[in-house]
Amino acid sequence: MNHLIMVPLALPLVTGALLLLVSERRLQLKAAIAVAATLLLLAAEIALLLRADEPLTQVYALGAWAAPFGIVLVADRLSALMLLLAGVLGLAALLFSLARWQRAGPRLHALLQFQLMGLNGAFLTGDLFNLFVFFELLLAASYGLALHGSGPARVRASLHYIAINLTASLLFLIGASMLYGITGTLNMADLALRIAAVPPADRALLEAGAAILGVAFLVKAGMWPLGFWLPTTYAAASAPAAALFSILSKVGIYAVLRVWLLFFGDGFGGDWLFYGGMATLAFGVVGVLASQDLPRLAGFGVLASSGTLLAAIGMGQAAATGAALFYLVASTLGLAALFLLIELVERSREPAADLLAVTAAAFGDADDAPEPEEEVGVAIPATMALLGLAFGCCALLVAGLPPLPAFLGKFALLGALLAADPVPPAAWAMLALLSLSGIAATVSLSRIGIRVFWPAHKRSVPRVRVIEMAPVAGLLALSFALTLQAGPAMRYLQDTAEALHAPRAYIEAVLPGR
Amino acid sequence: MELTVALAIGVLAGSGVWLLLRPRTFQVVIGLSLLSYAVNLFIFAMGRLRLDAVPIVRAGQAIDPAAYADPMPQALVLTAIVIGFAMTALLLVVLLAARGHTGTDHVDGRETDS
Repeated sequence: MNHLIMVPLALPLVTGALLLLVSERRLQLKAAIAVAATLLLLAAEIALLLRADEPLTQVYALGAWAAPFGIVLVADRLSALMLLLAGVLGLAALLFSLARWQRAGPRLHALLQFQLMGLNGAFLTGDLFNLFVFFELLLAASYGLALHGSGPARVRASLHYIAINLTASLLFLIGASMLYGITGTLNMADLALRIAAVPPADRALLEAGAAILGVAFLVKAGMWPLGFWLPTTYAAASAPAAALFSILSKVGIYAVLRVWLLFFGDGFGGDWLFYGGMATLAFGVVGVLASQDLPRLAGFGVLASSGTLLAAIGMGQAAATGAALFYLVASTLGLAALFLLIELVERSREPAADLLAVTAAAFGDADDAPEPEEEVGVAIPATMALLGLAFGCCALLVAGLPPLPAFLGKFALLGALLAADPVPPAAWAMLALLSLSGIAATVSLSRIGIRVFWPAHKRSVPRVRVIEMAPVAGLLALSFALTLQAGPAMRYLQDTAEALHAPRAYIEAVLPGR
Repeated sequence: MELTVALAIGVLAGSGVWLLLRPRTFQVVIGLSLLSYAVNLFIFAMGRLRLDAVPIVRAGQAIDPAAYADPMPQALVLTAIVIGFAMTALLLVVLLAARGHTGTDHVDGRETDS
């Protein structure tokens, strides 16, 4: 058995636990441990990705109990891709937090590690109930991250966020137990086999259970009308947390992709996903246009991205799914960079010293609050020019304009939409909405960009450190690399999509000989 | 027995949903707790309701699965209870923090005028 697949679970768990034991006064040591562990994690995830592309669906039976009786971890192309994306975002958020956010509240590093562990578990598990457990783990860590830095706005947004996600978790439990009650198994591959053999009398109950499960996933993905909580929470969260959250909504998309395509092919509920995705996209576009400040705009950008993905997945074609996956990677990188950048840009509006003072006072140990001057790292010159450049790149990514990869994803998606002959009206509607969303995001981002970077009155230039700019630049550089290497990336993602639409190989890897 | 269990789940879920939609944070917490009780009972019922049947198989005997209760939902309920418990405790802390920050126990952090 290949133990590499356990690394994305065990490493963050052990590191997080270790970080809890180190005193908060030794922040440098904690930061060093966290960075080293995250780099190791990234290396393991790259190795997993390469193996998944051999192609090899790796299966790890926990405790060596064979499926379907034991719980299995499965790493195929999709899992490996999502793992790597989570790892990259985790590293970016961690590096960004080193400059000041790690001091805004206790145990940020441990929370980040637990968040990564929950995400990795959700992407790896091959068992429906285990998926619930990892959802809860990643949510528990995300509650802590959403609250990081405290303050009335964060606490209020987190209260809503926790209540909604607890309710969604209860729906998850209802859905999962209904599927168990009908099929008698929770292993995903086994479920896929047994669902095909369910007698027609039980079919309605089974589909009701699956639909309830789907609602639980779609709350995470923020599908309209289940996603009203999302912009507020994301806008209120601290920058590193928000950057990591941009993959949190993609966990819902991942779960839909995995579970829906495995259980039902693309037969049941595709229209719901397609039209729900369109409604989400439309709502996201309206929200982007209406937003007056950058954090909310980025929150609605997450919704628009979710909507595009859901609509594309709902079409139920392998070509569209592959394009959607490309768009998923590009838009997640872009949104994460935007969330990090927003905090740097907003500093020129409200001096960050105030922010720190407020959070430190709310947190209760004003005596220990560090002076802003003490912060580590070198301030970079030509700050506004660099910030403006990075903002422009983020805007291109979020709006899906060339030459950045989000455009390629959208373009491939449109190609898949128009491949059918004759082109169905729904595809035209999708095309119109996608183009409109690009225009709306461009209008909105350039409006805010002009206000921030070309102000009428003199504005203080924020102090930005290299360690804060590096993650933003790194995420943007990754997206540039994705454009340059679009050929191999697209090939990988098309293979992923085709494996998802024909899950025979997945089932045979988990249950040999069935 | 089926009717009793179904009624219990229905009453718990109904009261839970009603409380969840109330404007006070404490009502929301109680609502979520009631809902999670309802869901736990529901998971239990999904393993089929049985009287006087044990879930644990004796070693060294011929096994007739029909004589045993399904152990799986019982294990699931145990996990769900533990997780629900932890999450409720966390929500209570956030509730207290919100009360401290905003000075009100309204879920939106401010009283509506109506």
